[in-house]
Amino acid sequence: MALIGTTIFNILIFLSVYAQVFFFITFLENRKKIVIRKGKITLDNYPAVTIAVPSFNEENTVEKTVNSLLSLNYPKDKLQIFLIDDGSTDNTWNVINKFINYPNIRIFRKENGGKYTALNLGLENLKTDFFGCLDADSFVDSESLIRIMSYFHNDSSIMAVAPSVTVHNSKNFIQNAQKAEYNMGVYFKKMLGFLGAINVTPGPLTIFRKKVFDDLGFYRHGHNTEDMEIAYRMQKNQYKIEHCNDAYVYTNTPATIKKLYKQRVRWIFGFINNTIDYRKVLFRKKYGNFSLFTLPMGIISIFSVSYLFGRIVFNLANFIYTKIIEFKTVGFNPNIKSFIFDPFFINTQSLFFLVIVVYFLIIFSMVFGRKMAEGKFAFSPGMLYFFPVFSIIAPFWLLKAIFNTLLRRKPAWR
Amino acid sequence: MNSNQIDWKKYLIVLLITTGLFFTAIYLSNYFGNQKIGQLKTIQDKIAIDILSSETQFSLLSELSCKNIHDSVFSTELEELGNKLEWSQDNLGATEEVSYLKKYYSLLQIKDYLLSKKISARCGVKSAFILYFYTTAANCSECEKEGLVLSNLRKEYPELRVYSFDYSTDLSAVTSMLQIYKIKDTELPALVIDDEVLTGFHGIEELKLRIKESFKLQEVKPIKS
Repeated sequence: MALIGTTIFNILIFLSVYAQVFFFITFLENRKKIVIRKGKITLDNYPAVTIAVPSFNEENTVEKTVNSLLSLNYPKDKLQIFLIDDGSTDNTWNVINKFINYPNIRIFRKENGGKYTALNLGLENLKTDFFGCLDADSFVDSESLIRIMSYFHNDSSIMAVAPSVTVHNSKNFIQNAQKAEYNMGVYFKKMLGFLGAINVTPGPLTIFRKKVFDDLGFYRHGHNTEDMEIAYRMQKNQYKIEHCNDAYVYTNTPATIKKLYKQRVRWIFGFINNTIDYRKVLFRKKYGNFSLFTLPMGIISIFSVSYLFGRIVFNLANFIYTKIIEFKTVGFNPNIKSFIFDPFFINTQSLFFLVIVVYFLIIFSMVFGRKMAEGKFAFSPGMLYFFPVFSIIAPFWLLKAIFNTLLRRKPAWR
Repeated sequence: MNSNQIDWKKYLIVLLITTGLFFTAIYLSNYFGNQKIGQLKTIQDKIAIDILSSETQFSLLSELSCKNIHDSVFSTELEELGNKLEWSQDNLGATEEVSYLKKYYSLLQIKDYLLSKKISARCGVKSAFILYFYTTAANCSECEKEGLVLSNLRKEYPELRVYSFDYSTDLSAVTSMLQIYKIKDTELPALVIDDEVLTGFHGIEELKLRIKESFKLQEVKPIKS
């Protein structure tokens, strides 16, 4: 039994090291291609773009979101903005009505049907060759769109370009931990971009060619992660997705553990279920690194975290049990000598060194991701407490997402 | 449309690097494991010298006086070695080397016990001994509890010397001890206090009473942190 446990553990560690090394090698291969533009750029021609802002009860943030779009460095006559109220029950409709007189803004109101239906309403009214979405809790950097459009300009085979999403106004430690995570996300997304293996085209400001929707159809429910489903569909049809690292979008992140938990259950649930829906894409050479690297590694990380969690719970229960036995046997004893540090007792098992390698590579990805996202090549305290915060809570949302999947995917009665 | 081909060479290179990292980690682990075993050996040698020296000192002084013999005679490192060996068994794996060291440790304990007993008899040095027999071969939860009781007792009474023996140690000296006290593997844990054999679990309060009676020991005052 113990042997099986150790073997599984070793395999999972091996695959985790493999994934991190794979990212690192990709970085070394492509590091010269990572360009971080500082100033304004111009394009030879400016293709017309439509950006849809679907909102459901976003009265507090939507105005700022629209204002950020209005201050984009992009010709006004080439930028169409759709404000779509997806049946909000708060003051959102009144807030977006303030923009009714702007020549390049159109306002829509519909019954609540979920974000993908709001986006599809936008697509139905689309007149331009490019379409993007901006969540109503996110704000764009004024240079973001033009930088994204330069990618399409340089390579006609690119079908979608995702931006670098970073955290807006992080106040508490949960948000700071997420900030470190988003920085890491920027790095991983760039590397996946080099591998042609991006699996999410995030809600905040991914720009698509209209052709994507013409060829592959509109947004789908996608288990509440329509931005993941469309990316899977594009990968399945071998449509190229790029990542524009210097196009910055700032998003509001959950400020409490409960909200973060809900968000992540949705994401992981989306990952699991979209992967199940697109299981035929797995391990097929023709789908490239998306099929051989992104999806398997995502699945492995779910297993690793669940397994690690099981181990931690087991060890913790064991520890508590031992302590209870100790207390029952000898009672609480204040006479016990204080702990004396002796290097002899430092764990030097091989796993210990491998875990250090993994942590080192993860911290590197955060530091370099921060360099790409904020221009600073530096360590931040959030990077340190990312580990405890996420390793304590992540297993819960993972297990909840797995649990939800199992319940929902129960075979039908007949 | 997707220009991304699979770069098999890269998958292979990453596999090689990862395997390399694994072997390096295993190598490092072995290296430090050996260092630790080396450290254990050094401690054991030191204890062996201490005991030998004490024996010699004892023989030299036996006809004269016991004055100089008091504190220096008791090797203080036996407990440390015991803890480290136990840790090594759990963390380095029960390798041959660790079990060999364990045998040696048992032998040193017996020697220390005999010598201390002799000194205390001859010179009237106040000392108290408990021989403790346990097993690691079977799942013995009572043994774990007894171990906890004894380590607590040892902290409360620094003069108390506890010698612990794994029943399954394949060493004739340990076997002799088992025979002398007629200890069976079905009756573990077993304690020998003042030549009296106690089998099964015995709580801390009971043992405290016994050792107070047998050895007239004084409790240490709680350390204030």
